Amino acid sequence: MLDQVVFYFFAVLAVASAILVVTRRNAVQSAIFLVTALLATAGIFLNLNAEFLFIVQVILYAGGIMVLFVFVIMLVNIDVALHQVQFNRQWFVALIITAVLAAQVVAAIAVSRGSLYTMPAAPAGTLEPNTERVAFVLFHTYMLPFEIASILLLVAMVGAVVMAKKRV
Amino acid sequence: MNAIMPYVFPVLFALVIVALLPLVAGYIVLMERKVMADMQVRLGPMRVGPHGLLQPIADAVKLLLKEDIIPENADRLVFWGAPLISVTTAMLALAALPIGPFFQIADLNIGLLFILGISSLGIFGTVLGGWASNSHYSLLGALRSAAQLVSYETSAGMAIVGALLLAGTLSTRGIVQAQSDTGWWFIFVAPVGFFIYLVASIAETNRAPFDMPEAESELVAGYMTEYSGFRWALYFLAEYTNMIVVASIATTLFLGGWLRPFANTRALNFLDYLPPLLMVWVAGYCFRRTPKQPVAVQKMFMAAVGVLCIVLAGVLAMPLVAPAGSLLASSKAGIHGAFWFLFKVGAYIYVFMWLRFTFPRYRFDQLMRLGWQFLVPLSIVNVMGIGLGLALHRQLNWPNGLSLPLGNALTAVAAAYLLSAAEKHEHPRVGEEEEETPVHA
Amino acid sequence: MADRYNPAGANLETTVLGADEIILNMGPQHPSTHGVLRVKLRLDGEKVVGSECVIGYLHRGVEKIAEHRSYQQFAPYVDRMDYVAAVSNGLGYCEAVEKLLGAEAPPRARVIRTILTELQRIASHLFWLGTHALDIGALTPLFYCLREREEILKIFEKYCGARLTTHAFRIGGLQYEAYDELEKDVERFCKEFDKRVDEYEALLTENRIWVGRTKGIGILTTEAAIAMGVTGPVLRASGVQWDIRKAMPYAAYDQYEFSIPTGKNGDTYDRYLVRLEEMRQSRKICLQAIENIPPGPIMGKVGKVLKPPPGEVYHSIEAPKGELGYYIVSDGTTQPYRVRIRPPSLINLEALDQMIRGHLVADVVAVIGTLDIVLGEVDR
Repeated sequence: MLDQVVFYFFAVLAVASAILVVTRRNAVQSAIFLVTALLATAGIFLNLNAEFLFIVQVILYAGGIMVLFVFVIMLVNIDVALHQVQFNRQWFVALIITAVLAAQVVAAIAVSRGSLYTMPAAPAGTLEPNTERVAFVLFHTYMLPFEIASILLLVAMVGAVVMAKKRV
Repeated sequence: MNAIMPYVFPVLFALVIVALLPLVAGYIVLMERKVMADMQVRLGPMRVGPHGLLQPIADAVKLLLKEDIIPENADRLVFWGAPLISVTTAMLALAALPIGPFFQIADLNIGLLFILGISSLGIFGTVLGGWASNSHYSLLGALRSAAQLVSYETSAGMAIVGALLLAGTLSTRGIVQAQSDTGWWFIFVAPVGFFIYLVASIAETNRAPFDMPEAESELVAGYMTEYSGFRWALYFLAEYTNMIVVASIATTLFLGGWLRPFANTRALNFLDYLPPLLMVWVAGYCFRRTPKQPVAVQKMFMAAVGVLCIVLAGVLAMPLVAPAGSLLASSKAGIHGAFWFLFKVGAYIYVFMWLRFTFPRYRFDQLMRLGWQFLVPLSIVNVMGIGLGLALHRQLNWPNGLSLPLGNALTAVAAAYLLSAAEKHEHPRVGEEEEETPVHA
Repeated sequence: MADRYNPAGANLETTVLGADEIILNMGPQHPSTHGVLRVKLRLDGEKVVGSECVIGYLHRGVEKIAEHRSYQQFAPYVDRMDYVAAVSNGLGYCEAVEKLLGAEAPPRARVIRTILTELQRIASHLFWLGTHALDIGALTPLFYCLREREEILKIFEKYCGARLTTHAFRIGGLQYEAYDELEKDVERFCKEFDKRVDEYEALLTENRIWVGRTKGIGILTTEAAIAMGVTGPVLRASGVQWDIRKAMPYAAYDQYEFSIPTGKNGDTYDRYLVRLEEMRQSRKICLQAIENIPPGPIMGKVGKVLKPPPGEVYHSIEAPKGELGYYIVSDGTTQPYRVRIRPPSLINLEALDQMIRGHLVADVVAVIGTLDIVLGEVDR
C-alpha cells in the first residue's frame, strides 16, 4: 500500500516535470524541472530497494550533469531565448513519431496481457546490499567490457581537453 | 502498531536535528566570532547576554524582522526557492551521520555515498540563487562557487575512497566499527588522505582561505549579494550546516566517530571521566563569572548556563557510577559516544576557524590550480597507495604496520614532487604581459 | 587607439576569445579602494586590459584654502591630507615655511620632530600593512598592527593632545615641550616593537598563499618607476636607492645611522619587504634619537606675524608614502600667494594602470593596497 502511494507520487512527479521541461520557455526553469524529473526517477529506484542505482542517479545526473547544464544555461542570454519561436516546423513529424511509439507500447501491453510476469516484492531487510553486488558484477563478470568503457571515457576526456586547449 | 515502530525513533531524531540545527549553527557563528576575537586580541560580542551568549538569538530575531527584499528583475520563484534547496540538502545529509552508536536517523548501506550525493545537490541552491538575483556580482559569485565546489568535490571524494578502502563498507556505522575493531583511527592509517580531505572540505564549504565566492574585497558577498533578511539567513544556515556535515564526515571517516581516544586500551579507561569533568570545569567558570555580570538578568542567565553544564556533567557521569549491567550503565556508549562525536566535530570546525583567521586568501586561478594540479592527482595517488598497502597485506601477507606506511610514503613522495613542480610553474606568469606594455612617460 | 579607458593609446590586442570586453567600475564605494577611489577597469573575463582612475571625490581645495589663510593658520590643514601620517605632513610644511623665512628650528626641536616623524612613519606603515593584508584576505594582522599603532597614537596624544590630525609642530620649532616620559615611552615601544615585526613576518613573509598573491604581482621596473616619478617605498622596491632623508637631509636625520632598504623585482612582495624593513630602520632612528635629545629652546626666532620676503621655495621630505613636497610662493604678505603640494600618493597612483595590466581583478585589490594611497592626499 505504502509502496504504491510512494510509487505513484514519484511517477506523477516525474511525468509532470518532464512535460514542464519541454513546455517552459525559460531555459533555467526547464533545467530545474529536469532535475526534478531525474530526482523523482531516483525516488522510484529507492522504492525498489535499488539504493546504489538511486544514489548514482542523484550524483551523476542531478549532481553532475545537470550542474554543468545549468552552468551553460546561465551563460546564455536568456532574454533572447525567451523571444524565439519555441516550436519549429517539425512539430508535426514529432507528433507522428510520438503517436506511433505510444501505439507500440499500448499494443505490446495489450497483446501480452496475462503473460506479463511481475515479480513479487522481496520482504524488507532480506536483500543484500546491492553496492557489493554491483561491484562484484562489474569487476568480476564484466571486467573486460567495464575496462573498455573506462578507456573509452578516458579517450573522450583527453579529446575534449585537447580540443578545448588553445595554447600549449 | 508494529509497522510504525521502526519509524518512531528516526522521526524523533530527525525532528530534534531540524529543531536544534538553527540554534547550533547560530552558536557556531558565536563561537567563530569569539575565536576570531581571541586571535585578534579583542573580546568579541559581549553585550547581548553574558559574554554575548544570547547574540545568536538576537541575530536571528533581527534577521526575521528585516524587510524581505526581492530585486525587481529577479526571477521570483527561483529567487524564493534557491535558499530552500541549499538548506534542505544540507540538512538531509545529516540523516546518515551516526552521532554516537544509537543516535542516528538511518544507517544506510550506501551511507557515505548518500551524504556525498545529497550535498552535491546543494550547489543548485547556490547557482540558482546567484542567477535569479539578476546581478553580475551574484552570478559571478555563484559560478565561482559552483566551479570551486565541483573541483574540490573530486579530491574530497577520492580522499574518502581511500578511507573506504580501509573500512570496506559504505555504512557510516560500519566505518566507525572498522576503526574500533582495528583500534587505529584512519587518520593514523591514512594521514595524507585526511590532509587532502581537510583542504578539500574547507574549499567545498567555501571557507577561507578558499572563500572566493564571498571574497569581501572583490565580489562583495558572492551569490548572496542580493539576499537579505531571512532568505539570507537560510543561506547562512546552509553554509554552517554544510560545515557540520563535512566535519561529521571527517570525524566518522578519519577521527574514529563516536569512539573515545584509545577506546580499546583498558589502562586508559579513566579517560571516560574526562567529559563530566570538562563539563564541571565549564560550570565552575560560569559560576565564577556570575557575580561579575553587570545586570541581575545576566547574572541569572550565567548561573543558568552553569547549572545546565552541571546537569550535563551529571548525565555524562551517571553511566559511569551506575552499577554494571544496569540499563543506565549500558547507555554509556550512547551518551559518551554523542559527546565524543560532537567534541570532535567542534574541534574540526575550530581548525576551520583557526585557518580562516591565519591565512590570506587564494586567488581564483591559484585555487583552481591547487585543486586540479595538486589535490586531485595527489588524491588519486593516495587511493593507489592505500590500495597497494592493502594488497600487500592481503595477498602477500605483509604486516599491516609495514604495508600501509609504505603506501602513505608513496603518496608523500608524490606530494613533494607535485609541490616542487608547482613551484617552478607558479611565478613566471606575469612577466609576459607586463613587458609588452610600453612605458608611457 | 587612445580613448578614455586607454589614455596612453597603448595597443590593446583583441581578446583571445573575441568576447566582448566588459567595463567594471570599482568604487568609489568599494571596500578595498581605501576610500573613495574609483577605478574603471576594462576586463577580458577577469583579466584587466586597461584601467582609468577617477579621482576627486575627496577634493577639498586645500591648495586654494592656503591662499586665504596666514602661514600659521594653514598648518592644521595639511594634517588633513594624508590623515594617516599627519605629523609628517606638518613637518614638511613647517620646514618649507622656515626655509622661506630663512629661519631654522633649534636642535632640540629638530630631534623631537625626528622622533615623532619616525614614529608616524611606523604608524603609517602599520596601517598600510594591516589593510593590505586584509585586502588579500588575512584578517588578523590588521588587529595586531592597530594594536601597535595605538601605542604610537598614545604617545602623540600625550605629547600634543591629538591622535590623528595632530598639528604637532609649529613654524620655527615646537609649541609644546616634550613631556617628561617621552623617551621612556618611545623606548618601551621600540623594545616591544622589534618582536612584533617578527610576529607579522611569521604570519605573512613565508606564507605560501601570501607569497603567491604578492610575488610577481604589479611589477614596476626600475626604468618605469623612475619614468613615472614614483617615490618612497614603491620606488625603492624597484631597486632605486633614493631616500630624501639621506639625499637631502632635513630635521636631524644627518645625525643618525640607518640604511635604505631596496628591493629587486619591484613587485608587491618586494614593496612589502621594503616597508617592513623601513619600520625596523625607523625604530633604529628613534632609539638613537632618544639617546641624546639636546637641551635648549624649542622655538626658533620667528615673529608672531609671519611675513616671509617675496620669493619662492620648494622643500620636500620623505613622508611614509614617498616624496612630499611643498612649493610655496610668497608675495611678501602674511598669506602665501600660492601653495602647491606634491602628494606622493597621487604620483604613485599614476603607476597603477601599468602595474595591473594583465593581472586579474583580485590582483587590482592587492596592487591598490601595495601603493599605499590615502585618498585625502590624492584629492587634497
